[in-house]
Amino acid sequence: MSTPLLDVQDLKKHFPIKGGFFGGTTGHVYAVDGVSFHINKGETLSLVGESGCGKSTVGKAVLQLFGITAGQVVLDGKRIDDMPAGSLRPMRRRMQVVFQDPFSSLNPRMRVRDILAEPIRNFGLARNGAELTEKVGKLMDTVRLPRDAVNRWPHEFSGGQRQRIGIARALAAEPDLIICDEAVSALDVSVKAQIVNLLQELQEQLGLALLFISHDLAIVEHMTHRVAVMYLGKIVEVAPKRSLFAAPKHPYTEALLSAVPVPMPGKARERIILKGDVPSPINPPTGCRFHTRCPYVFDRCRVEEPPLSAVPTALEAGHTAACHLHDLPAEKNPLAVAKGQALLDI
Amino acid sequence: MAEPLLVVENLQTHFRTPDGINRAVDGVSFHVNAGETVAIVGESGCGKSVTSMSILRLIPEPPGKIAGSIRFQGRDLLKLSEPEMRSIRGNEISMIFQEPMTSLNPVLTIGRQIGETLRLHQGLSAKQAEDKAVEMLTLVGIPEPRRRVREYPHQLSGGMRQRVMIAIALACNPKLLIADEPTTALDVTIQAQILALMRDLKRTVGAAIVLITHDLGVVAEVAERVVVMYAGKKVEEAPVVELFNTPRHPYTQGLLGSMPKLGSSLTGTETRLAEIPGLVPSLKQKIPGCVFASRCPHATDLCVKVAPALEEKAPGHVAACHYALKEGAIAA
Amino acid sequence: MSSAVLSSAPPHDVAAAPPMGDVLPPVKPKKGFIGFLRRNPSIAIGGFLLLLILGIAVFAPLLWTVDPTALAPARRTREPSAMYWFGTDMLGRDVYSRVLYGARISLIVGFSVAFFSSIIGLTIGMVSGYIRWADSIIMRIMDGMMSIPSILLAIALMALTRGSVQNVILAITIAEIPRVSRLVRGVVLSLREQPYVDAAVAAGTRTPRIILRHILPNTMAPITVQATYVCGAAMITEAILSFIGAGTPPIIPSWGNIMAEGRALWQVKPYIVFFPAVFLSITVLAINLLGDGLRDALDPRMAKRV
Repeated sequence: MSTPLLDVQDLKKHFPIKGGFFGGTTGHVYAVDGVSFHINKGETLSLVGESGCGKSTVGKAVLQLFGITAGQVVLDGKRIDDMPAGSLRPMRRRMQVVFQDPFSSLNPRMRVRDILAEPIRNFGLARNGAELTEKVGKLMDTVRLPRDAVNRWPHEFSGGQRQRIGIARALAAEPDLIICDEAVSALDVSVKAQIVNLLQELQEQLGLALLFISHDLAIVEHMTHRVAVMYLGKIVEVAPKRSLFAAPKHPYTEALLSAVPVPMPGKARERIILKGDVPSPINPPTGCRFHTRCPYVFDRCRVEEPPLSAVPTALEAGHTAACHLHDLPAEKNPLAVAKGQALLDI
Repeated sequence: MAEPLLVVENLQTHFRTPDGINRAVDGVSFHVNAGETVAIVGESGCGKSVTSMSILRLIPEPPGKIAGSIRFQGRDLLKLSEPEMRSIRGNEISMIFQEPMTSLNPVLTIGRQIGETLRLHQGLSAKQAEDKAVEMLTLVGIPEPRRRVREYPHQLSGGMRQRVMIAIALACNPKLLIADEPTTALDVTIQAQILALMRDLKRTVGAAIVLITHDLGVVAEVAERVVVMYAGKKVEEAPVVELFNTPRHPYTQGLLGSMPKLGSSLTGTETRLAEIPGLVPSLKQKIPGCVFASRCPHATDLCVKVAPALEEKAPGHVAACHYALKEGAIAA
Repeated sequence: MSSAVLSSAPPHDVAAAPPMGDVLPPVKPKKGFIGFLRRNPSIAIGGFLLLLILGIAVFAPLLWTVDPTALAPARRTREPSAMYWFGTDMLGRDVYSRVLYGARISLIVGFSVAFFSSIIGLTIGMVSGYIRWADSIIMRIMDGMMSIPSILLAIALMALTRGSVQNVILAITIAEIPRVSRLVRGVVLSLREQPYVDAAVAAGTRTPRIILRHILPNTMAPITVQATYVCGAAMITEAILSFIGAGTPPIIPSWGNIMAEGRALWQVKPYIVFFPAVFLSITVLAINLLGDGLRDALDPRMAKRV
């Protein structure tokens, strides 16, 4: 098997909490607490979870926007998290990012031309001015914006158009991996569809790998090859798409799927409504982090943290989940059967 | 037949801006029966929020101006004086906003905030108001209500705050509840809790609800009737099942087609998402024809020139489209 | 769900919606510079007044003035008249001429302090916002300076040196630097969190270029607004320093000096104090109006309102 494009091993990112009279550290936010996953070339892996689960922190850690606390990030066989800035810079070209907010993700004081030219110049991807202009023009074609719009300022564009510019900027570096951090979440339904279609086409044409960070399960199902579900700084389940949606193997994933409102009125779905709120990542619960809200919790969950391991009853290979239920005999395991159909009411 | 609880007729809410008149809501009519849940859906800038603010007359005038009529229990709200209006707001009509953090006062306890409307509108004593506040918190499913009434908003999570907002809104037994994107800022598992709560409360409290949202999934979960707005106009209205099964306006069809369906990978119905090309037109220009013509795949010269009237295409189902067939008509 | 509910043929009976009138009188959008001024009346009024004062300062010799330092003991303390528009002071100098020439000092001091404290404050704020270890040291020094009222600091600094316009500018600049650098630091810290800065880092942009292209241009709007307030404050501080004799040398006519000299005669000849005071107030008002207007006009959130 060839090496994956991106391999993240036991990634941890703890943010210190400053406080007290002398500004000392009084605790940590365990934003990401031991996360491992990989992405193959040309593949889409989605990272789903609710706000505060650490999914965006994972994206920024992979991008090396800050130092990580522990673990390693390996891009195409080279470990990048301990690289000095000089050797990291050429590696940065290979992974780019598209952010959520179309308004704050573009510098308001730069024209579109300069925004798109910056990565091309930084990585020396154009030999001369004419080639640079041509590349910028091609990028505008790729994201279906008129070429003459390069002279305009970001505020002259609508949200969807600005997101296209953000995608063009990411493509300018000719990357192998694009991290989409809630890239379509802030857009209106009809514009969202335009951007989702654009991303899918670009992936097919350019063979891009995507790390698609999102809380929207319907979009994720539409976009992705594999899904990783995060809860309180941990990945609780990783699976090929069909396997996950047809037969979720973690109680949290099951609850997430059942909670999504679907545009089919008048149908009574099987509902799992979780009690309470997500605990604070400053004091995560012992044992399984989901045990405080889990409908199937039993004694072992409160003391022993379940490892992410292959689930024998999964629909497809490569389906792993972190849940003690799968050590129980099948008749006692409520997740042994495929419940996706009932949860989604289809 | 008795008049519905709320009748909005020909509502126009315009704003004066330095570069022209913004016709945020331009001739919208709908009604809400007692105990009924009506959803107003549309994308940002379609005028759905301005419509809800207009009902409570929360639009600053100037630069805004509201015209038309809004009859609530037979009284035209637009003709009432400001003190009369104040006795209706929070009492007979109350509102839930999207952002539970900013809509609660950070320096007052939860109990005070729930009690305030009660003391104001129903003249309860401090003790009675607190008892009622505890009762309301129990109703919206907040554990340990006796302790919670003495807490401040920052001590509660987002979902809890939204429950408190609902408790405040329901404290005076309103006849009409306007919920403006009540679950948009919440996570999906918390959203499910709040939607379940709203469905429960509808049965127990019996208030009519106007639900303002962009999320068709939420509409399908709680609404009985749906008004679709686009560019300041109502383009379609139908009972919820009818709207989702046979949308008649091309904009509604586009909206539904552009949403990925959860479970599509299981049913093998994964297809490219339908796009609505282009952008919403500027509301500062008068549009002579159909407001959707510039983005409509079926638009003809007629659509560009003549604005279509809202016509009943099937019982209870109106749409503003020249080409939407009437039930029973045969496609030529 | 398809277009089965739509017909492809034109309908036989076209139902047109009733026409909609507007409920507000039409607005004629004004384009260009005039439109900008109409949308920002504070800038229009403040800018107009400031230009007027600037014109007075620059063209003072042409505006029917005489030598503002010329003594005429025979014509002391004359009331305002056709000859002496603002009267004369206790040394017989023409108050009108002195006030007009005094505008030069106020504007030079105001503009210079605004300029220098912005440049220095920008540099300190940038360093503080970008270099962690320097931040705590710099900010403690700035806190220390800010704990002394800026007017006292300026008086103390003037006490160390000889009265001259340059020294007044220097003293007020030093007193204003902490305010500007704190503002810049705050802006830099929030800009560093902006997604476009993250995207630029991910796109391989080096730190100097990030500062130059992504941070610096976006600090300009708040700095400009702050500079106008600093300018207004500096003019008042200059007047106070001169008034208490710790500022501009008495030989140079400045509004503070004129008021200081008129102070003794305040009860009998109030006009000597009145005219420079009115000019000072109008100038500071103009600058603050301009600052408020710029704050609104440069705030991108305000630009997108309906």
